[in-house]
Amino acid sequence: MHLHKYEKIWMGSGVGTLLIFLIVLGIGAFYQGTQPPSCMVTLDPTNVQAHEAFKEDNLGLQKLGEKEYTLNVLASAFNYDFGKDEDGNAVRTIRIPAGSKVMFQATTKDVIHGFQLAGTNVNMMLEPGYISTLETTLDNPGTYTLICNEYCGTGHHLMTATVEVYEE
Amino acid sequence: MIAEKTGLNKSDSKLIMSFMWVTFISLLIGGLMGLLQTLVRTGNFTLPFGIGYYQILTVHGVILGLVLTTFFIIGFQFALMAKTVGMTSKQRKWGWASFWVMLIGTTASAIMILLGKASVLYTFYAPLKAHPIFYFGLTFVIIGSWIACFVNFRQLYKWKKEHPGEHSPLLAFMVVINMLMWFICTLGVAATVLIQFIPWSLGLVGSMNILLSRTLFWYFGHPLVYFWLLPAYMAWYAILPKIIGGKIFSDSLARLAFILFLIFSIPVGFHHQLLEPGIDPMWKYIQVVLTFAVIIPSLLTAFSMFATFEITGRQKGYTGLFGWLRHLPWKDVRFFAPFMGMVAFIPAGAGGIINASNQMNQVVHNTIWVTGHFHLTLATTVILTFFGISYWLVPVLTGRKIDKKINTLGMTQTIVWLVGMFFMSGSMHLAGLLGAPRRSAFSDYQGSAQAAEWIGYQYGQAIGGSILFIGILIMLYNFFYMTFKAPKGVEEFPIAEAPTGTEPTPIVLENWRLWIGITVVLIAFAYTIPFVDIIQNSPPGSPPFEWPIGNN
Repeated sequence: MHLHKYEKIWMGSGVGTLLIFLIVLGIGAFYQGTQPPSCMVTLDPTNVQAHEAFKEDNLGLQKLGEKEYTLNVLASAFNYDFGKDEDGNAVRTIRIPAGSKVMFQATTKDVIHGFQLAGTNVNMMLEPGYISTLETTLDNPGTYTLICNEYCGTGHHLMTATVEVYEE
Repeated sequence: MIAEKTGLNKSDSKLIMSFMWVTFISLLIGGLMGLLQTLVRTGNFTLPFGIGYYQILTVHGVILGLVLTTFFIIGFQFALMAKTVGMTSKQRKWGWASFWVMLIGTTASAIMILLGKASVLYTFYAPLKAHPIFYFGLTFVIIGSWIACFVNFRQLYKWKKEHPGEHSPLLAFMVVINMLMWFICTLGVAATVLIQFIPWSLGLVGSMNILLSRTLFWYFGHPLVYFWLLPAYMAWYAILPKIIGGKIFSDSLARLAFILFLIFSIPVGFHHQLLEPGIDPMWKYIQVVLTFAVIIPSLLTAFSMFATFEITGRQKGYTGLFGWLRHLPWKDVRFFAPFMGMVAFIPAGAGGIINASNQMNQVVHNTIWVTGHFHLTLATTVILTFFGISYWLVPVLTGRKIDKKINTLGMTQTIVWLVGMFFMSGSMHLAGLLGAPRRSAFSDYQGSAQAAEWIGYQYGQAIGGSILFIGILIMLYNFFYMTFKAPKGVEEFPIAEAPTGTEPTPIVLENWRLWIGITVVLIAFAYTIPFVDIIQNSPPGSPPFEWPIGNN
């Protein structure tokens, strides 16, 4: 099959560009460790409390060390459960000091939900039977809205919470 | 005499026109739902009669993404096959069977959506549970489309038997590639619907493997978009050159591009599941690489198209670096609408590469950026090409001619569409980058300052959506005019010829066993290990959930 000279140049530079893109993505993913969230841990979606991280008392922000946290979240239609505060009220806002390394750890006890912290790269799917995790450092102070971005039913657009990153 | 010139007899035309009627009625219903969505999202409009936002969103996705596209494509492909390889009366009967089975399925699903029993959106992700009839309806649509697949396969087979040693006509070859891809990919969605969804929704089994059902869905979901795109490419490769008074750039390259689409468009579904738990990131990356491979035939297409434009222009005596652009029939809607679709594919394709870029997907996944993206690909590139096709196809089918009036209206329609889409898709892309989610009714997210920033873009979407709806009304008028009012006559069925004096098309391009074999091997490579992993490491299944969609 005959290929025109210009066509060879065009296809060569096109395919070359795609290869460069893929190499950059590959280095980012496998060398620098920015893989898309792909946690392989499973649990029973009808009994999520059986898992340590999603017991009533362990929900919400857990301090692991200086500027190191885990945030355990149990999603259900149409709510993110961060556990209760000292007065027994449901926690609606999570406050984290700027510069903290945070491991987001979440699952759902009913249908599929999204987990997106608008304005950051925290974005993952929550699926029944699986734990989703994503680690990030929250450097920029501000008020961020946690949003369910996968359709979960009639109240989907009301499923939200707040994460405040404050300067110490 | 008419049949000789158009290649379609009255019976063929009647069948194909039935598909066109469903297409344009769907356009009106689905478009109206889209308009209502953009209005709701401004926060200043409430749906009447207790209609739910997610109900109209389901109608919009199902009727435009699945019904309009499938009916137009199958109708158009029957026209191409009847014209290039012929259609026997037996094949036509099966064509009617395909039409009715699809229509019955569509109606059944539509009734369930209208009753509010199936507000699960067109992706129907479990464990949200719709009424079982919704799933049966979708099954019928798929089965109807399979009947069309086998009619098309049979048509080419019969032609080849009657023309031993000859190359199949280019358009017939392309149709068969598209239907082969469709058949192979719909096996996935059929498997999840028949084996998982239907027994589970009927209560015969208590739980379902969610990740498995999603993986089977997306095995189908990405080739689905190529099933929409390839008929547009057929028109670009083999019909547009005739309209501009030129020839096909290269018969072999066109066939090669279609073969590459067959091979690479299926083993890529994980790029829709990049942010999901339970899938090994290595396999996600492997499918990202395969996704990038499917860009190659689109690069080939871009080269071929502009090469055809330039060669034709230079043959007509236009010179200079870009002087040849002036020869193009800018005032002929049959050219202008698909050409503008092509132009839209440049930003649309670039956006697609961003979406598929592994970890970069985190920035845009499930934001309204994605909605903006496929309103450029499907709702601009593909649909403008389909509109461009209908300006000659409908008159061919109704025994009328495109006249000055319809050409002017068509040009206006195209411009209205582009302006509307500029505002709507543009605002969607920008809002998505700020984090605004897709598939969501209006919400201030508990007075969030971030959500307040998105409102301006939501107005932008409503303005664009309203302009687009005007475009839909013009298009419907055009359809009625071409069906009932346009002057009688014989409209040309434009099919371009291959250039003379070039090398013959290599015979290997028609080695079906080889290409189907490679396709199957590549699918097996990309999916076997992760599929076994998903099944072996699967958590307990999920029971159905009805109440979240408003059913108790």
